[in-house]
Amino acid sequence: MRRLALIALPYAWLLALFLVPFGIVLKISLSDIALAIPPYTPTLDFSGGWAGLKSFVSQLDFENFVFLTTDDLYWKAYLSSLQIAVIATFLTLLVGYPIAYGMANAPDHWRATLMMLVILPFWTSFLIRVYSWMGILSTEGYLNQLLLWAGLISEPLTILNTPVAVYIGIVYTYLPFMILPIYSALERMDGSLLEAAEDLGCSRLTAFWLVTVPLSKNGIVAGCFLVFIPTIGEFVIPSLLGGSQTLMIGKVLWEEFFNNRDWPVASAVAVVLLLILIVPIILFQRNQQKQQEAEG
Amino acid sequence: MRRLTWFNATSLTLGFAFLYLPMLILIIYSFNESKLVTVWAGFSTKWYGELLRDEAFIDAALVTLRVAVVSSTIATVLGTMAALVLVRAGRFPGRTLFSGMIYAPLVMPEVITGLSLLLLFIGIGLDRGILTIILAHTTFSMAFVAVVVSSRLMTFDRSLEEAALDLGCSPFDAFRLVTLPIIAPAVISGWLLAFTLSLDDLVIASFTAGPSATTLPIKIWSSIRLGVSPEINALSTIMIAIVAVGVITASLVTKRASLRQQAEERAAAQQA
Repeated sequence: MRRLALIALPYAWLLALFLVPFGIVLKISLSDIALAIPPYTPTLDFSGGWAGLKSFVSQLDFENFVFLTTDDLYWKAYLSSLQIAVIATFLTLLVGYPIAYGMANAPDHWRATLMMLVILPFWTSFLIRVYSWMGILSTEGYLNQLLLWAGLISEPLTILNTPVAVYIGIVYTYLPFMILPIYSALERMDGSLLEAAEDLGCSRLTAFWLVTVPLSKNGIVAGCFLVFIPTIGEFVIPSLLGGSQTLMIGKVLWEEFFNNRDWPVASAVAVVLLLILIVPIILFQRNQQKQQEAEG
Repeated sequence: MRRLTWFNATSLTLGFAFLYLPMLILIIYSFNESKLVTVWAGFSTKWYGELLRDEAFIDAALVTLRVAVVSSTIATVLGTMAALVLVRAGRFPGRTLFSGMIYAPLVMPEVITGLSLLLLFIGIGLDRGILTIILAHTTFSMAFVAVVVSSRLMTFDRSLEEAALDLGCSPFDAFRLVTLPIIAPAVISGWLLAFTLSLDDLVIASFTAGPSATTLPIKIWSSIRLGVSPEINALSTIMIAIVAVGVITASLVTKRASLRQQAEERAAAQQA
């Protein structure tokens, strides 16, 4: 009895506030836009009984999904989100790996402090961390002031409102997610393996590629997924730093909903985004399971 | 294996400079006299004054705190229950769906969570306001609590609980007196995580908040869309300071606790 209550309460909550809302998104993605409140048709009306349900189903169609394929904006936005996510994940790895490596090789009594320094930004507001780059990257910003003062450039660079600013923003905000799994993989590594490799005639660099990198593979893979998956649907970073030049699907969905008030198309965009995300999510879960089995 | 020291030192210095310089600049320029945020015109705390006199900001901060306290508390209760179900309940019909629904919010884009909840609230005719934000935040943050607590429960030694039951505890007392104190650190960090996620959230709150309730991130968002503002720099500095004090205190407390535990274990080992 008690077990039943324990299961039922969180289960009911998730059904009502997680699964049912998805059903609604799916349903609205198959509906038509209408000048009404709510602004779509048909609406489900149970008073019509079985006949009402049949006419409701017959009015649903895939028009919005067809629309997504005919209008350039959408598939370009999906592709460019994927592209930005791939490049940004790679850049985050390039920046994050040396930091994780440095942490793993730091003296023992530093490590707790270094860990805290990596985690601290994660607790500070995401919005503020993205915002902090607006003042740095703008045309009159601190970076341009510094470069002009140093005489490295004669004209201010345009960085804010370009994809470059989006990459910087993503690397900056998601860096802890990359560092932590790599650090925990590197920290567990047995240092004598490297010594053995060097005794056997490897140079330090070869030993790094042949020993350290493969042994930290699990951390690299986990870190990449942790950056890649949330980046695809990112909204705040492209909106604040990317300007009108950067096309990302999270932003398109937001604008479709709030600016164009086209709920059916916004819902269709969400459904397709979810279908795209399922592949990396399943791969990630498999990877995590494999790792747990290997450790357990 | 301590080598390439110059390389490690450089990568750590550059890495942490990258992580902290932007925030440092923000803090420094929050004390700037000029309204032109990128031009230094002398030290002043006037933007802090302006911020504290701005009632819209104070109201938004209070709404955000109320939402965060209530939603993270409900999320902690539900998330802990969910973790117990995941780790302890064994097989039951619909288990796969249940664990799917627990883990899905972790990877769900916020725009989709926000959109779907908004469509639900409109569908059932619930007026948007503080209540709807609380419901939305509870739903996505309970997943994070469940993950944190279940990872603690997996390493939990059940024989302790069985001993309590053998000694005549009711199952509820065994949970309250044995299990809960042991998983308490995980429950507390789950609550803190849920609290921070709620404080921080812009996207889901924007979808689920009506005109009657504005949270701090929504307010910040509407002031920074047009560019950098000195008031927001001041607000950011205050928020960064609160977080820094909190995290540093927490890490000192855990460090001291682990030192004490080590000392006790050493003493026990010596006695034995």
